[in-house]
Amino acid sequence: MTKKAVFEIRIHGRGGQGAKSASQLIVEAALDQGKQIQAFPEYGPERTGAPMKTYARISDKPITTYEPVLEPDIVLVIDPTLVGQVDVTQGLGKDGILVVNTVESTDELKKKTGFTGKIYTVDATGISIDLLGKNLPNTPIIGALIKVTGVIDIKYVEKRVEGMFLKKIGVEKTQANIDAIKRAHDEVK
Amino acid sequence: MIMATAKGKIFPLTGNYAIAEAMRQINPDVVAAYPITPQTSIVETFSKFANDGKVDTEMVRVESEHSAMSACVGAAMAGARTMTATCSAGLALMYEIVGVASGLRCPIVMPVANRAISAPINIHCDHSDSIGARDLGWIQIYNETAQEAYENVFLAVRLAEHKDIQLPVMVCEDGFITSHCVQNVKIYDDETMKKFVGENKPEHALLDLKNPITVGAIELQDYFFETKRQQQDAMEKVPGVFLKVGNELSMLTGNDYGFYEEYKMNDAEAVIVTMSSAAGTTRAVVDRMRADGKKVGLLRIRLFRPFPYKEVAKALSRAKNVAVLDRSMSFGANAPLYGEIMNALYPMEKKPGLQSYTFGLGGRDLLESHVEHVYKEMLAGKVSDGKKYLGLREETV
Repeated sequence: MTKKAVFEIRIHGRGGQGAKSASQLIVEAALDQGKQIQAFPEYGPERTGAPMKTYARISDKPITTYEPVLEPDIVLVIDPTLVGQVDVTQGLGKDGILVVNTVESTDELKKKTGFTGKIYTVDATGISIDLLGKNLPNTPIIGALIKVTGVIDIKYVEKRVEGMFLKKIGVEKTQANIDAIKRAHDEVK
Repeated sequence: MIMATAKGKIFPLTGNYAIAEAMRQINPDVVAAYPITPQTSIVETFSKFANDGKVDTEMVRVESEHSAMSACVGAAMAGARTMTATCSAGLALMYEIVGVASGLRCPIVMPVANRAISAPINIHCDHSDSIGARDLGWIQIYNETAQEAYENVFLAVRLAEHKDIQLPVMVCEDGFITSHCVQNVKIYDDETMKKFVGENKPEHALLDLKNPITVGAIELQDYFFETKRQQQDAMEKVPGVFLKVGNELSMLTGNDYGFYEEYKMNDAEAVIVTMSSAAGTTRAVVDRMRADGKKVGLLRIRLFRPFPYKEVAKALSRAKNVAVLDRSMSFGANAPLYGEIMNALYPMEKKPGLQSYTFGLGGRDLLESHVEHVYKEMLAGKVSDGKKYLGLREETV
């Protein structure tokens, strides 16, 4: 049995930036596609602004381990200031993928991280300010995940976003969230 | 595999939410709880259900856990189906009344999200809270997954209220691990689960005015001892009722509710005995090592109080070496689960080798590499009467 029967995701963010919600949204969509799922944050002292990680696992078979994700298939970095501050590529193999919310180029990130695998960038902050009027990059970055891995279908994410936001923020703002995911999906490079 | 007859739907839920869902379906008469830290989101979620009218439970918001358990004792003695939830310092604060609840034979069901006991200050997982309360006369069920915790809440209600038992039950899940991890959880339909738990029909209740009783009387040298002995009798009846109610639940869910779970134990030479979420991580390692032809197995203890000594001894009789992984300590003594396994093995003529490992205190991660290391030591026959630790800074593993 290879360990990679399970697709593993690690998300880096800061407390309060919605990394936990992002991992939850990803696995909720995966569950709707009939997958076995797991999402959990690495709880530290739970301070706003402190670097934190969340994990997600997606598989066709039941997931029994509770080990933190040590060798992710993909790492999503919600806050670009974390690059260089925490080891965002830890455990990421040569075939791994790094996605960063940034306006910097992939070459600059390669220099900063020393990572030789695939690096993608998306300006999730810019997209979110543009479409949502706020800096909420955690939802749009899921669009980038979908584009570069295809691990979940955007249709299921849209449905979950509707379920999550429609009652709370209304039709218009919910649609803006969906548009942000789609734009990040199209603009990731 | 039994055919499951209950209809259900799969949701992405945390252990805490799944337990709150069970409480919603049970719709207890009274839930008394302290609403802030160290309370879990079980009570937060259930309070929402109560506020939204999804249950008609009387929610009693009290000023401390000591009061929470006191209110539960009062409600249970009045004849109400009563629940609460707690963890860590909360359980420690209610301690005095935890013993009262079992002594007065209150069928209270209390989910516990297992967390460390300070100091040093720590909010993360270990079993020090409920293991520390193991001698207070409660039934204790330890759960590996959110699904299992959800289902065992129903089993616990039937067990607690059974006329031969009348004892409180803790339904334990690993704090911040199972309690906060989003997993696939099948929620069965309300009607089926309501029918399964049925109505609480206590034989004695303070509100049964035609049959007045005295509750909480003083018993000194004259009768205290006899009453305690009766508690022991009730505990000894638990295994039979546990299996009977478990079988009924199996008919609905298709799942197994034994005292413990055996995983690839048939020809296992090296066995790990542990409880709760650590068993999930161990299971992943068993699968990998089995694929390499290694004869490894897992025995996961579900029912810790009462402890199924004879059955455990039988389950371990074919093993060459057994490692017991404890998530709590008994300072100056054998680790709690290790001690029980040693007790279980004593009457056996041919005993397997036995080694104690302590892991995961205060939320320290148990890695698959730790588990693999343990199996390698057991396969190599490296057992001793010394204590070993996993993931400790000053140890190599």
